[in-house]
Amino acid sequence: MHDTAAHRVIRWALRLIVIGYLFFLVIWPVGLVAVKTFAGGLAPVINALRQPEVIFAFELTLSAAFWAVVINTIFGVGISLLLVRYTFPGRRALNAMVDLPLSVSPVVVGLALVLVYSGRTGWLGQGLEHAGLQVIYAPPGIIMATAFVSLPLVIREVVPVLTEIGTEQEQAARSLGASGLQTFGRITLPAIRWGLIYGVVLSLARSLGEFGAVKIVSGGVAMRTQTATLLVEERYQQFGLVNSITAYTAAFILALIAVLALIIVTSLRPGKEASQ
Amino acid sequence: MTPGAGTVDAQPLAPAPPAGAATTGGPGKRHRLPRARSATALTPVSGLGLGIALTWFSLLVLIPLTAVLIQASAGGWSAYWDALTSSQTLAALKLTVGQAVLVTAINVVMGTAIAWVLVRDQFPGKQLLEVVIDIPFALPTIVAGLVLLSLYGPSGPLGVNWANTRVAVFLAFLFVTLPFIVRSVQPVLLELEQEVEEAAASLGASRFTTFRLVILPSLAPAITSGAALSFCRAISEYGSLVLLSGNLPYSTEVASVRIMSSVEGDHLTAAAALASILLVVALIVIITLDVVSRRVARYA
Repeated sequence: MHDTAAHRVIRWALRLIVIGYLFFLVIWPVGLVAVKTFAGGLAPVINALRQPEVIFAFELTLSAAFWAVVINTIFGVGISLLLVRYTFPGRRALNAMVDLPLSVSPVVVGLALVLVYSGRTGWLGQGLEHAGLQVIYAPPGIIMATAFVSLPLVIREVVPVLTEIGTEQEQAARSLGASGLQTFGRITLPAIRWGLIYGVVLSLARSLGEFGAVKIVSGGVAMRTQTATLLVEERYQQFGLVNSITAYTAAFILALIAVLALIIVTSLRPGKEASQ
Repeated sequence: MTPGAGTVDAQPLAPAPPAGAATTGGPGKRHRLPRARSATALTPVSGLGLGIALTWFSLLVLIPLTAVLIQASAGGWSAYWDALTSSQTLAALKLTVGQAVLVTAINVVMGTAIAWVLVRDQFPGKQLLEVVIDIPFALPTIVAGLVLLSLYGPSGPLGVNWANTRVAVFLAFLFVTLPFIVRSVQPVLLELEQEVEEAAASLGASRFTTFRLVILPSLAPAITSGAALSFCRAISEYGSLVLLSGNLPYSTEVASVRIMSSVEGDHLTAAAALASILLVVALIVIITLDVVSRRVARYA
């Protein structure tokens, strides 16, 4: 197509509008958080990170995210295999339902878990409490809330890959006498590995940053059930420079992890092509 | 963090998705199952696996979400109705839906424009924009609130202070929903055959006519599904508003914040009533997307 002067003007206008929009909505605000975090130099940031509450919050966040990701990886690979490789009644409904957690408000997720697992009034929570397992206001509840909100991410990466690779190699392996487990370990798993890694990174990023659902199920007590995102909220709302710097520092670290995960995931794509 | 569109030159692993039914990840994508021909009936082992998976899925997702609906109906129909029509709840719902519609409309225009620039334009630094698009999806929501506050809050360099106003709600929704339409339109635009546009142009159609009659109809399913997800995300948003909007009743309080304050006040039935509305909207969106992607796949 021929490029007239008018078309060039439109192209430049569109380009500038898009860049300007993204600059004011994302680039400048995100940059400012980094600037505000390090406004007083490095020392206040390091002091903020030395506080026991901060160390505890990040440790709790990491361990809850770890367990949520482990659960979602095992469950996600299993469900993906079932959805793609087998037929059973309700398969289509299940396929639609596994996406549900991404569309439900985190606050609704928290409320739903409290209604069932609260030790005081929950349907199952009272029984579990008698058996000595506290879910709500304790780490198991935090893990469940985190697993809930990031549940579809592994499935959504693995299902398209499983669909794409087909069953010929798996069938060949089976006909040569490989057990189900051997076929999975030697054929299926290597074939889906990039999709799986991709899904795990996405789940991890989502898990570390969960806020609303965790706020309801954890209670957010410092040094007991306060995760990193809850710490950001609490410290920002308190007075004083130290609290404010602590909030910005924790937020900066969470943002840094998110952006790093993003870059890893983006750079994994060419690797995915190369592995073929 | 969207596969399917991580980089413009990277082709999706799966074959070309039909319009609106992107086969790869991130916001705005939907996966479709293969037809049953490559699938087999359950074996005893896979049957056991299905049983375990369904038990976990029920314990984690289905039973708790059902509990919300049952709790909402605990006080009977009149209590449910009263909870939903209390003036504060109505104000929150009106604000949430109104801002979500407005933001989705803006996303339809800006999301399509951004996808267009990312696919059809070439300039240095374009790869950086690809990462920028996904930042709102990757950033923890509480951090997103802090991020917006640093530019549009008190002592921001622009000199505006929109914290604790309805503009803050608007900005937060706009921020968290940014990737949805971009990421659902982008793969479709990539697959679009430029020959058709050239044919239209050679037949004398202006660029605008080509866009309106050739390109826009092909993008419509992707824009629709992106808009549905974007609306869904906006009405359920919570984290980014906590620090930003002040959560003032009748003014800046959105539905999720209202649910949270009901939970904190131990009014679980009122919280569940409002939650049931959000849940039903989420279900409608999921089912609509499933139907739309199936229909598009059939006619593609």
